[in-house]
Amino acid sequence: MKEKLQVNHLSKTFSLSAKQQKIEKTKEKYRNAVNDLSFSAYEGEIFGLLGPNGAGKTTTLRMLSTLIKPDSGDAFIDGKSIVKEPEIVRGKIGFLTSELKMEDYFTPNYLFDFFSDLHQVPLDVRKTRKEALFSRFGIDQFAEVKVGSLSTGMKQKVSLTIALVHNPDVIIFDEPTNGLDVLTAKVVTDFLQEMKAEGKTIIVSTHIFSLIEKICDRVALIINGKLITCDTLPNVMNGLSLEDRFFEIYSEMVGDEI
Amino acid sequence: MKSNILTIVKKELSRFFTDKRLIFGTVLLPGVMIFVMYSFMGEAMTSLFQSNDKPDAVSVVSMPESMTAVFHAAEIEYKEVPASDIETIKGQIAEKETNFLIIFPENFDADVAAYDISSGKPAPNISFFYNSSDTNSSNLQTQILGIFDAYEATLSNRFDINAGGQNADLASEKDLSGMIYSILMPLLLIILLFSACIAIAPESIVGEKERGTLSTLLVTPLRRSELAIGKILALSIVALLSAVSSTLGTLLSLPKLMGGAVDSGGIFYTAGDYFFLAIIILSTALLFISLVSVISAFAKTMKEAETFTSPLMIVITLVGVSGMLGSSPKNPAFYLIPIYNSVQSMSSIFSYDITPLNILVCVASNLVYTLIFVFILTKMFNSEKVMFSN
Repeated sequence: MKEKLQVNHLSKTFSLSAKQQKIEKTKEKYRNAVNDLSFSAYEGEIFGLLGPNGAGKTTTLRMLSTLIKPDSGDAFIDGKSIVKEPEIVRGKIGFLTSELKMEDYFTPNYLFDFFSDLHQVPLDVRKTRKEALFSRFGIDQFAEVKVGSLSTGMKQKVSLTIALVHNPDVIIFDEPTNGLDVLTAKVVTDFLQEMKAEGKTIIVSTHIFSLIEKICDRVALIINGKLITCDTLPNVMNGLSLEDRFFEIYSEMVGDEI
Repeated sequence: MKSNILTIVKKELSRFFTDKRLIFGTVLLPGVMIFVMYSFMGEAMTSLFQSNDKPDAVSVVSMPESMTAVFHAAEIEYKEVPASDIETIKGQIAEKETNFLIIFPENFDADVAAYDISSGKPAPNISFFYNSSDTNSSNLQTQILGIFDAYEATLSNRFDINAGGQNADLASEKDLSGMIYSILMPLLLIILLFSACIAIAPESIVGEKERGTLSTLLVTPLRRSELAIGKILALSIVALLSAVSSTLGTLLSLPKLMGGAVDSGGIFYTAGDYFFLAIIILSTALLFISLVSVISAFAKTMKEAETFTSPLMIVITLVGVSGMLGSSPKNPAFYLIPIYNSVQSMSSIFSYDITPLNILVCVASNLVYTLIFVFILTKMFNSEKVMFSN
């Protein structure tokens, strides 16, 4: 299997404000959000980053999508460095998170064309791709409705198509089913599996065990910015359910205090 | 390959031009508001000094022979009243029921003829009463005082000033309009342009940041510099439109505001003047937009951006006022000072005193400052502290 993503000793530190130090009753001035993280993801697999809130999942994905820069270490997407060639990396990935919003004023149709232009997608390719994605997600009837008037689920589907205007090989998805109803969540997870079948590499972060169990091939467990384990799903689970296995590892690490 | 800058400009403009409310609020409204406001102010100022109804006949006690002809020549109507009515008429003037009362000494003509300045005795005295809060009364006061002064002068004429009434003021109409325009327009233009910039730039930069739509752009292969240049170009176009609308409103209403002291503008300016004015305004728009964009990128919320830009408005106004004081400096070095250079260049155009070198220095330096701000904005789009500080 071809290695599509290689993460090498990625670290990121945030400085804590005096107020935060007080709230968290700590004298530390800095917090290691991500601490020497290394893992790889391959073509045609769904790779899950699992961890509790504040484990560093989102920070890791933000670094991979070049929105923020690592303090040390590097990551390579299709051999391109996120530090040295961020523009090329951004052309190879589709990054999706609830933080990335679309302008309410524009229609899905306009936004698809606009983002296609930014990704330099040729006109004919854009047309067929738009038709396929819009009909796949049922956006066609809403293509000329302003995003502001769409339902949350429809907005999420539009975000998804816009992240994929350039048909990226690597799809990075932060909390893919957060805030979605069961129907829309299923549409999204089904689609991720289709993408995997097409040979794409999909990185998802989540704290939902069932989602990992359902769609991931391999999983990395992150706690407090550190990689605890990274292996295929059956190996990580070690005969238990993912949830039981997680709490087993967690209590080994931090004791019984949860 | 399509240029990303063009894609961004197109998107920003389509955001603007397909939104009727935005066009109305940013482009049409300022021009119309200024026109209506200035016209109204002009009307109000004119009507302050004019009264609609004719003044009442002036009440005169003991009208002397000599004055009847003078009053007749000045077309002032009068009626003679007995001395016993003086107190009643004074009361009526206070109540604005009548306008004016003059009391001559009983033998005014004889007393005046007999009066010898060297005698040291008090001269014959005319008293009059009026009401300054009554427009007719106050106008009559000015007019009648003038008549008395002129009459007094004819009695003891030692020398004349400009006798024969030739036109002594050799300033042409062009110079007068130019003076008034050069005093008012640079200040108004610079303030209107800056207001347009702070009305649109924060929304497009910090507004997008706040709503999370800027991050969506930042994960595309778009370079941060392309985003900065695209935004600044598009916003400058909109700011210019808004400024053009405000300027038209001002130019059209200025003759009304100045109560006919200027002609309906523009006729004395050449195509060259307009060209210089256009490049100054264009370069100033770019400078203002890039400056306000940097401030907006630094702000965390729209509200914060407003707080940051309001002190700047005061600075701009103060510098704008400098255009009202004295004539423009000739030394090109002054035209390197941002904002001041634009105000002085515009002032020189309106007063027909153009130094092309200085205007070029002004435009070139504005473009250099814009590039510096584009560079800073690019750095800010790249900075996670600025973009993801929440």
